[in-house]
Amino acid sequence: MRYETPASAKEAAGLLKKEKGAAFLLAGGTDLLVKLKMGIVEPDLVVDIKRIPKISDIQSSAKGFTIGAAVSGAELGEHAGLKKAWPGVVEAANLIGSDQIQGRATLPGNLCNASPAADSVPALIAAGAKAIVVGPLKKRTVPVEKIMIGPGKTSLAKGELIEAITLPKAEPRSGDAYLRFTPRTEMDIAVVGIAISLKLERGVIKKARVVLGAVAPTAIVVAAAAKAIIGSKLDDKALDKLAAACSAACNPIDDKRGTIEYRVRVAGVLAKRAAKVAFQRAGGSL
Amino acid sequence: MAHNNSYVDKKFNVVGTRFNRPDGIDKVTGKARYGADASAPGQLVGKVLRSPHAHAQILKINTSKAEKLQGVKSIITFEDLPDLTGADQGMADILENCMARGRALYDGHAVAAVAAIDEQTAAKALKLIEVKYKKLPHVTDVDEAMLPTAPIIHERIFTRGVEPKPTKPSNISSRTEMGNGDVDAGFAAADVIIEHSFKTEQTHQGYIEPHACLASVNPDGTAELWVTTQGHFVFRNVCAGLLGLDIAKLKVTSSEIGGGFGGKTHVWVEPVALALSRKANRPVKMVMSRDEVFRATGPTSSTSIDVKLGAKKNGEITAAVAELRYQGGAFPGNWAMLGCMTAFACYDIKNNKSIGWDVLVNRPKVAAYRAPSAPMAAFAVESAMDMLAKELRMKAIDLRLKNVAREGTLAPYGPTYGPIGIEATLKAVKAHPHMRAKLKPNQGRGVACGFWFNIGGQTSTDLNIGVDGTVNLAVGTVDVGGSRSSLAMIAAEELGIDYENVKANIADTTSLGHNDMTEGSRGTFSSGMATIYAAREAIEVLKQRAAKTWGIPLEDVSWEEGHAVATGKGHGNLPKLSLREIAAKSGRTGGPIAGHNEVTADGAGMGFASHICDVEVDPETGRSTIVRYTVVQDAGKAINPDYVEGQFQGGATQGIGWALNEEYIYGEDGRLQNPGFLDYRIPVCSDLPFIDTQILEIPNPNHPYGVRGVGETSIVPPLAAVGNAIANATGVRMGHAPMSPPRVLAALDALDAG
Repeated sequence: MRYETPASAKEAAGLLKKEKGAAFLLAGGTDLLVKLKMGIVEPDLVVDIKRIPKISDIQSSAKGFTIGAAVSGAELGEHAGLKKAWPGVVEAANLIGSDQIQGRATLPGNLCNASPAADSVPALIAAGAKAIVVGPLKKRTVPVEKIMIGPGKTSLAKGELIEAITLPKAEPRSGDAYLRFTPRTEMDIAVVGIAISLKLERGVIKKARVVLGAVAPTAIVVAAAAKAIIGSKLDDKALDKLAAACSAACNPIDDKRGTIEYRVRVAGVLAKRAAKVAFQRAGGSL
Repeated sequence: MAHNNSYVDKKFNVVGTRFNRPDGIDKVTGKARYGADASAPGQLVGKVLRSPHAHAQILKINTSKAEKLQGVKSIITFEDLPDLTGADQGMADILENCMARGRALYDGHAVAAVAAIDEQTAAKALKLIEVKYKKLPHVTDVDEAMLPTAPIIHERIFTRGVEPKPTKPSNISSRTEMGNGDVDAGFAAADVIIEHSFKTEQTHQGYIEPHACLASVNPDGTAELWVTTQGHFVFRNVCAGLLGLDIAKLKVTSSEIGGGFGGKTHVWVEPVALALSRKANRPVKMVMSRDEVFRATGPTSSTSIDVKLGAKKNGEITAAVAELRYQGGAFPGNWAMLGCMTAFACYDIKNNKSIGWDVLVNRPKVAAYRAPSAPMAAFAVESAMDMLAKELRMKAIDLRLKNVAREGTLAPYGPTYGPIGIEATLKAVKAHPHMRAKLKPNQGRGVACGFWFNIGGQTSTDLNIGVDGTVNLAVGTVDVGGSRSSLAMIAAEELGIDYENVKANIADTTSLGHNDMTEGSRGTFSSGMATIYAAREAIEVLKQRAAKTWGIPLEDVSWEEGHAVATGKGHGNLPKLSLREIAAKSGRTGGPIAGHNEVTADGAGMGFASHICDVEVDPETGRSTIVRYTVVQDAGKAINPDYVEGQFQGGATQGIGWALNEEYIYGEDGRLQNPGFLDYRIPVCSDLPFIDTQILEIPNPNHPYGVRGVGETSIVPPLAAVGNAIANATGVRMGHAPMSPPRVLAALDALDAG
């Protein structure tokens, strides 16, 4: 097994592209090292991106935020500006693992591990986040919802990696929230996850995005659920319609972490709760 | 020197106070040496190939490709562990569990093992071993395994304890029945009868340290084993028996132990490591992965239990019956029998009967888990007690007090109780402020009781006094819960010196006589007794030396607060001699000063506890949160109250984990689906409130200080305490543990559906 520490994302992409054996990218390593130790993967090449300049920085501008691929969950949680603008994204990222994991885990890592239950992914999608994808030859910007295509699978081509995640500037009177259901309080995998991002105008929901996690092969954007609350002040009727739309959108599996029936049911329950949090964060009153 | 184990009421100086743990610095700084922390020159890494099938015939094991791999030093199968067990079926079962002999009996059963120069080579070699299996039908559920249509796991098993003797083999290894009185008459006299069925899923002790050892066998038959264990002397005897070694030539050293809870009373990889080392003629180190720990060590039984209670309107229970079915994995056990013995032990019920069925399934061989078998029986009986109280419109705690066992009660399993603490714990619960605390919406409170026998057993202890007056205590019971501190306190108390001047160590198997396992909450009870006796022997020697120094008769010397005092007439002017002064001159007065004791500690005091649990249930998700929890338990005498409270809290925590989320989940294919801490959910810190404790001290009459075991009882009540709290919060009675969110939500739905 070779270990490389390239000085640029482009160089990293070149290394990944050139490798004939099994090549893996190392940022936080919270998934890769576990798989390595369990013998699930046997890399020929590990490309550590943490030495790349600015890869561990959070940059804010008039357009929004650019979060480097090696920024950890703990660093997101300590960034006051980011927390104020996108509290749902930060709370989702901070739910991953333990304190120790938070010191290492990254957003692109969570995304490219491509688990249907990834906590940060629904929140990023609801917030309209984009991934800056670097290949050996060119760079492209891709909406986060286009990255994961199935359990363990991404749309990245061989040699491509995510250099950063961008978040737009939060609009006035907007709010986002992420909630998940786990049997334990922490150190657990979502049985259902839901992110809601919305914007108010005169107390009424003008725009909304509702994204479910852990209930389908990928995180899913539920347009019908957004439609159920747009134009409402989040009254009980709107909430019931939201819950019904979320439950209807579920396409989960039965496994050791939850039954189909339970996941479908709880998706609706959590949708109502997450919507109320996002609504209040946007300045709405219930 | 004859010793008296009777309790003597006296004022203590050291016992009952609190000290920092003597192993604290090593453990906090990472210096403590656990099972995986030993190494030897030239050591190899051992790894095990395990069955991916729940039940399969092993047609062929071809190791030739693996043998050719560079760096592989030895490969073993069952043929390298020949059966030397003779007529001892129990030992034969242990041997077959360590390495499959023709058939894999559960997912994870060891099939072959490799020792190689490093981890990667060993892992590669495992992949090169070709095993040809023929899959056989399997059964993993305890009730299904009892059906006549179930696949038979061992053709040699004919149910014991039934008349007439069965003519066909089955998965039921034995039937047990015990009790007192006439239950039919009892039910006929009852005004109210309740009946309910319960199920509990299989749980694992969840110790953080996996099994690990370093084994070295020489061609001359001498051998060493460094191992994480609850009993190195027992491991020595078992390994020597399985490998054909002489007991005196196998030196076993116990490492620090990162949790055992009964799970480190069995051998698994240790005989394999010794066999690999013998074949390679090099030391072999083995460390189990977490996956292996879950799949192939000894979890506790899953069960299915029916309970029937009858009572008069005034709450007097006239009859109680329980039928308990426990699976012991792929080998016979006595787990249902223990369930029978403990089921009604908290109560004085004239007519009671318990029937136990010990059942085999295609799961790992069950081992002890903290008060083994009692938590499941208590879940059923204590839940039924609350159901009966509801039916009688009595307070559940008053129903318990009305029927509580006392000194003189004939226990369902035979003995007549001496002084016991169950009534005192219930009264303490009733008076506890927790019982009057206000509950919020969706919250409920439950109470439940628990019993555990506690045991004594063979113990050997040495006490050696240094020339500076400090004392080494060599103990043979592994310190799993703080016994080194407690035993040092006891030695200091007896000798009349400061705690800081005593250091307790766990001695290896070549340094002391045989010691039984640290199990059955016996460590501080048994080794405490042996320490008291050893200290008293040492005091005799100290007195002799003082008499010699003074030139006066021994009978004129007494031992008071760490000093020899001349008490006879005419010696009034002799200044007293401290232990330190006597020790300093020991080289000139007759040599080293020591005390020894070898004893079979009898008269362990039974442990009783009552717990209070407040739970909040989310009615929309079925998720339960423990919001307040209190343990009240009789310790006999708390030597070091910090450790006693820790035991109470730890047992409650494990019980809460079992009650809420912990369970083995098997797939249709009979393979374990969740062999890791991510999906086998033990509670994390944030899942629990502070667990409050109250220590009661009702002395055990059969121990000089009144000590009872305290380690196990606290895991017995929580399942029912949580279940009763959920019932009071929601109105639903959970009959299936763990009471996980999907199960609770389904039960709430069923209640709504009416």
